[in-house]
Amino acid sequence: MANLQSVSFGAFVVEAAFLGDSAAFALGDGTVRRLVGEEAETTPVHAGAILTATVADGKLLTGGDDGRVALTDAAGKVETLAERPRKWIDQIAAGPAGVVAFSAGKQAVVRFADGRERAFDHARSVGGLAFAPKGLRLAVARYDGVTLWWAGTDVEAASLTWKGAHTAVTFSPDGRNVVTAMQENALHGWRLGDGKDMRMTGYPSKPRSLSWSARGRFLATSGANAAILWPFHFKDGPMGKQPLELGVREVLVTRVACHPAEEMLAIGYQDGMVLVVRFADGKEALLRRPGDGPVSALTWDASGRRVAFGTEQGAAGVAAA
Amino acid sequence: MPETQIPVTVLTGYLGAGKTTLLNRILTENHGKKYAVIVNEFGEIGIDNDLIVESDEEVFEMNNGCICCTVRGDLIRVVEGLMKRPGGFDGILVETTGLADPAPVAQTFFMDDEVKAKAKLDAVVTVADAKHLLGSLADSPEAQEQIGFADVILLNKTDLVSADELKKVEARIRAINPHAIVHKTERCAIPLDRVLDRGAFDLDRILSLDPEFLDGHDHDHDHHDHDHDGHDHDHDHHHHHHHDIEASGVNSVSLRIGTLDPKKFFPWIERVTQEQGPDILRMKGILSLKDDPERYVIQGVHMIMEGNHQRKWKDGEKRESRLVFIGRKLDGDSLVAGFEACLA
Repeated sequence: MANLQSVSFGAFVVEAAFLGDSAAFALGDGTVRRLVGEEAETTPVHAGAILTATVADGKLLTGGDDGRVALTDAAGKVETLAERPRKWIDQIAAGPAGVVAFSAGKQAVVRFADGRERAFDHARSVGGLAFAPKGLRLAVARYDGVTLWWAGTDVEAASLTWKGAHTAVTFSPDGRNVVTAMQENALHGWRLGDGKDMRMTGYPSKPRSLSWSARGRFLATSGANAAILWPFHFKDGPMGKQPLELGVREVLVTRVACHPAEEMLAIGYQDGMVLVVRFADGKEALLRRPGDGPVSALTWDASGRRVAFGTEQGAAGVAAA
Repeated sequence: MPETQIPVTVLTGYLGAGKTTLLNRILTENHGKKYAVIVNEFGEIGIDNDLIVESDEEVFEMNNGCICCTVRGDLIRVVEGLMKRPGGFDGILVETTGLADPAPVAQTFFMDDEVKAKAKLDAVVTVADAKHLLGSLADSPEAQEQIGFADVILLNKTDLVSADELKKVEARIRAINPHAIVHKTERCAIPLDRVLDRGAFDLDRILSLDPEFLDGHDHDHDHHDHDHDGHDHDHDHHHHHHHDIEASGVNSVSLRIGTLDPKKFFPWIERVTQEQGPDILRMKGILSLKDDPERYVIQGVHMIMEGNHQRKWKDGEKRESRLVFIGRKLDGDSLVAGFEACLA
C-alpha cells in the first residue's frame, strides 16, 4: 500500500478528479479542493451543496443545489456556465468541443462553447445524462427508458423503451450500446444497431457506479459484494454470459473505476476500503484501509499510476497503484 | 439500521386545510432546529429559505410484480442530495399535494435501500379543516385516505365550528382512524415538538390507547384490564375492535391477544398483506413472540411490511400482541379469526 497523500475535508466527497497533474475534489459543502503539493487549496464554487461533478476538458464541471453549473480550472479559477435559480442541477455530462449538458427537473439543457443553450423537455424527470463518444448525441435516462437527442441538429429524437425508472446512463466507448441503471437493482442495455434489449440483474443493491474498461471490453458496476463486470466483447454482448466478479468481500461495493489502459479496476467499498484488482487473475492490492464511511468518489489519473478517492464522511486522498 | 437516520415527517391535508400555515410556522419559528422542507411549489410558501426544496411529485412504479409498490422518485433524489450537505438535518418535512395519495411517499422510506439507510419515516401528519372535513370525506376518497394514513391529525380551524360540529367531526375521524393522535388547533397553533420528530410513529402510545376512550361507536368492546395480576391469562383475554362505518369507506380493525407463534404469525401476515395489501393503508403492531425475550415491532403500508426487534420485555410488563389495520373495506371477523389462530 503506497498512500501518497491523505486528507480530511469534513464534507461529503461527491467526486474526485485529476486536473492536469493535481487531484481535485468536489464537496458537499460547495467547495472544490485541490491538492497542490502538501496543501489542499479551497475554492468556493457553489452556495449550497455540489450535487454532481465530472471532468470537462481538464476542468471540473459541477452542478449544485444553488441552481448553478460551474467550471473550475486547475488554478482554481471559477466560471459560471449556466444558472437556473431555485432549481437543483443534479445531472451533468461533458461532451466534445466544450459542450456540456445539465438537467434541472424534467429539462435537459445542452450548452455550447459559445454560451448558446438548447433545452430538451421530457415528460418525467431526467435520471441521467451521457454524451455519445462521437458526435453531439445526448442520451437522457428517464422514466420508462432513454431519449437520444441530436443536440446539434433538428433530427428527430430516438426513444429506447423499457418500463421502469432509469437513474443513470452510459454509452459504451464504441458507441454501439447504451446502458442504464435502474431503480430495481438492475442494469438495462440496448444495442443501438438493432435495438436488442439486454437485461443485467441479480444485484442486491442499486448499481450506481458504472465504468467501462479499456477498449470497452467490460462494464464494471457497483451494487453487490463484489465489483460486477459484464463482458461486452462477445457478439451478443453480456447476454448468456457470466459476469466477472472481482474483489469479493462481505461489504457492498459503492464505487468502481477502470484503469485507463490496462484491464485493472479500482474498487471502493461501503466501509471505506479501496482495492485495485487485475481482471486476468483477480490479484488484489490494498490501496486504502476501511474507515471514514462509504467510498463516494474514485478515479484514476490519465497515466494510470495514481488513484484519487473520497468518502461520504469527507476523507480523501491520492494513492499510487 | 444506523441511529443517524434523519426523521421524516410527511405532511398531508386536503386543499385549504392549513398545510401552508403549518409549514410557514415551522420555517419561521425559533425552534433551534434545522429542517429541510420539500414542497411542491415555492409559490405557497411566504418565506425565502435555502432549506426549502421544490420537487415535482413523481411516482415510480416498481417492476417487482407488486401492483401497489410505488415510490416517489423525486424524493429519492432530493434525500440523496440533502445528505451531501454538511451538518445534516434535524428532520425532513415532505409536503404532499392536497389530492395526493400518501402511500408512495411513505413507501419510499421502506422500499429504497439508500433512502432507508439515511432517513426514516417518523410520522404522517394530516392537517384537517374542521369546517370542511365532513364534506371532503363524503366526496373524496383521497381525503379519507389522508385521515386513514395519519399518525397525527391537526384538526384545524376549530374556531370556525360550534362545539357540536366539532364533536361530529372528531367522531368521524375516530371512525376512520381511532389510533391517530388528534390535536385541535386554530391556525395550526401547536408546539412543533408535538408534530415533529415524534419517534417510532408514537407506536407505543398509539397502540396502547384504549379505543373505548376514543370512540363511542364501538360495538365490540371489552374492558381493558389495567389491574394485571401477573397470572398468565393472556390466551383468553382478547380485545378486538372493528370500526365499520361505511362499506365504501376507510375503517380500522384493532386486534389484541397474547403471545404468538412466529411460525404461524408470519405466514399469516404475509398472506394478509399479499391478498389485501391494496386495501390496507397502514398496519402497525407490537408483538410478543414465543421464546423471544424482545418486543417485535411491525409496520406496513399496503403490501410492504417491515419488522424489527425493539427492546426486551420488561419484568412485569404484560406480554401481549397488538395489531392495528387501517384500510378500505377490511373484513374484521376474518382478521380476528386469522390473528387468533396465530396464538402460541
